[in-house]
Amino acid sequence: MSEVLCSPTPVTTKEGIHALLKDKGGEEYYRQMKNLWVDQVALGRDLERTCKSRTRTWLSICAHCAMCADSCFFYKANDNDPKQIPSYKIQSTLGEMIRKSGRVDTEFMINAMNVAWGQCTCCNRCGVYCPHGIDTGVMFSYLRGLLFKHGFVPWELKIGSGMHRVYGAQMDVTEEDWVETCEWMVEENQDEWPDLEIPVDKENADVMYILNAREVKHYPEDIAKAAILFHVTGTNWTVPSKGWENTSLTMFAGDWEGCAQNVKRVYAAVDRLKPKMVVGTECGHAHRATVVEGPYWAGRDSGEPPVPFLHYVEWVAMCLRTGKLKIDPAKKIKVPCTLQDSCNYVRNHGLGKITREIMSYIAEDFREMDPNGDHNFCCGGGGGLNGIGRYRNERNVALKHKLEQIKATGAELVISPCHNCWDAIRDMVEVYEEHNLKWTFLKPLLVDMMIIPDHIRHNEI
Amino acid sequence: MMDFITGPLFALSLLIFVGGLGLRVILYIRGLDAKLERVAYNFHFSRSIPGALVSIGKWLIPGGTAGWRKQPVAAAAFFLLHVGAIFVPLFVLGHTVLLEDLTGISLPSLPGELADVLTIATLCGLVLLVARRLTSPALRQLNSCQDWLVLAVTILPFFTGLMASFDTASYDTWCILHVLSGELFLILAPFTKLSHIALYFMSRAQLGMDYAIKRGGATRGGAFPW
Repeated sequence: MSEVLCSPTPVTTKEGIHALLKDKGGEEYYRQMKNLWVDQVALGRDLERTCKSRTRTWLSICAHCAMCADSCFFYKANDNDPKQIPSYKIQSTLGEMIRKSGRVDTEFMINAMNVAWGQCTCCNRCGVYCPHGIDTGVMFSYLRGLLFKHGFVPWELKIGSGMHRVYGAQMDVTEEDWVETCEWMVEENQDEWPDLEIPVDKENADVMYILNAREVKHYPEDIAKAAILFHVTGTNWTVPSKGWENTSLTMFAGDWEGCAQNVKRVYAAVDRLKPKMVVGTECGHAHRATVVEGPYWAGRDSGEPPVPFLHYVEWVAMCLRTGKLKIDPAKKIKVPCTLQDSCNYVRNHGLGKITREIMSYIAEDFREMDPNGDHNFCCGGGGGLNGIGRYRNERNVALKHKLEQIKATGAELVISPCHNCWDAIRDMVEVYEEHNLKWTFLKPLLVDMMIIPDHIRHNEI
Repeated sequence: MMDFITGPLFALSLLIFVGGLGLRVILYIRGLDAKLERVAYNFHFSRSIPGALVSIGKWLIPGGTAGWRKQPVAAAAFFLLHVGAIFVPLFVLGHTVLLEDLTGISLPSLPGELADVLTIATLCGLVLLVARRLTSPALRQLNSCQDWLVLAVTILPFFTGLMASFDTASYDTWCILHVLSGELFLILAPFTKLSHIALYFMSRAQLGMDYAIKRGGATRGGAFPW
């Protein structure tokens, strides 16, 4: 009898994570899922307790008018497949589960999982196109929570949720790893920037910077670039040794308890270090998890974080606006470029004007996608989809839609201040062999094109 | 017969309609949960109320939203249906007399010709919606029995009302059918998708508040651009 890998219990130990990681691709995990028993009484009770008038009304007044169909990139990318209409997807999963008061079987739950993670990224665009204001993305997020609680969650997200619960980060990055990475990045850049520092746990700083564990583990140069930009702008800043992880795979997984743990860790760092504001890295879902949804998970009635929490784009725009960061006109982007709006902080947090303000400083030939801003399409890999092997084909098909949108602008460079969008664009370039298309975060662009003030010591390397 | 269906039965139907929809609105509001939905309904009124009003209002204007502009044919059918569906039942002469007799409330009435035109427009809208439901692969995936029931229940009072106005020879029969089908509509409304008559305003207000309170209301600069 092999070890239990697939169960409703969240992973809370290193051993649990290792056991799951050993099961390459989740083969055994998904095999076990086929026999995972559905606790129908508990599911019925969960629905009774948490499915209130908003969701029930949405499902019951849906006029089946199909106005949402064209709003969904999955529908479009799959040649208008009627099974990809948001209304159909939610009615045949959550709707059916409610109509049956939770009396559904394992096969139903696995199908619901496939739809909730493989056919929806919770981008919330359909809600913008529904005359009745039915936000199917919100309902899919709710459905993910129910599925997670009952053990029906994709393998990678079970692991991701476990990572957060065990390491306080989406990857196995310990506090020591993190602080050492900061020291390493300072050393690495000291020849070029002799006064560069990454102050850890400094109290009463103007800015506390929080980031994405991927940057620590895979892209430490991104931390160096953030440090250089804080240094050059004369920002009094710090990073916390604990509570530095801004992301939340738990949100993608529907692990609400894990979400609360994450955001509380960050808010505890705020309590401890008392910064005037917090700035988060170029990540969309992290911003949503910590700033938009996070206050609620942390039990803050007003829905506001304890101090102002800025997305990186807000901080950059502020620096450009106030002249703390100056761009060398000769180094502005000359090639045609476009901007990928992250659903999580543009549609769902209104920062579209801010990113365009940045473009006005740095790009000579900026081209909008159509549609854009609050009406943008998801990159195709949001909501956790990028990371789920089981739905790789579905994701790759979905990427086509964004790729066509990008190509229609004629841009050669896509600026993507969001990790998930960045990954999706990297993958679409590879999958569809569009090798002339480049993509980038903001930080490397800014470091290359900023004017270094005279008082900052800098050696050309 | 006519006295009964335009008297006690009408009063009962109206009571079910108004009371039922009122109750659904109350239950909707009472069922909202700031913690579960993660929307601080009791905070930020200065932006949540305008957000709710814009969310309701823009969708009431033809071409007022990106959604309507993207699908002009569907939008035309919806507006053809809804303009008549709201104004004719409320303001057609026979109805205003009936309402005044029953409740003492006196409403202005529409000129007969205008009521006929609006009724025909409503029926055209309904026919377009039926055609759309039958022909569009997307809608065929979604169609349910209730969708057809709701369409039928809406078509009947308008069709019979129009016939009563034009087919004067059978006026009494059409009139009885019209009153009965109208009452069927009133009775079914709170229990079917027709409840959107009231819940549209709740649902739209909620999403408008959601965007205004949580999803960028403080940073976007103005209400969500629907």
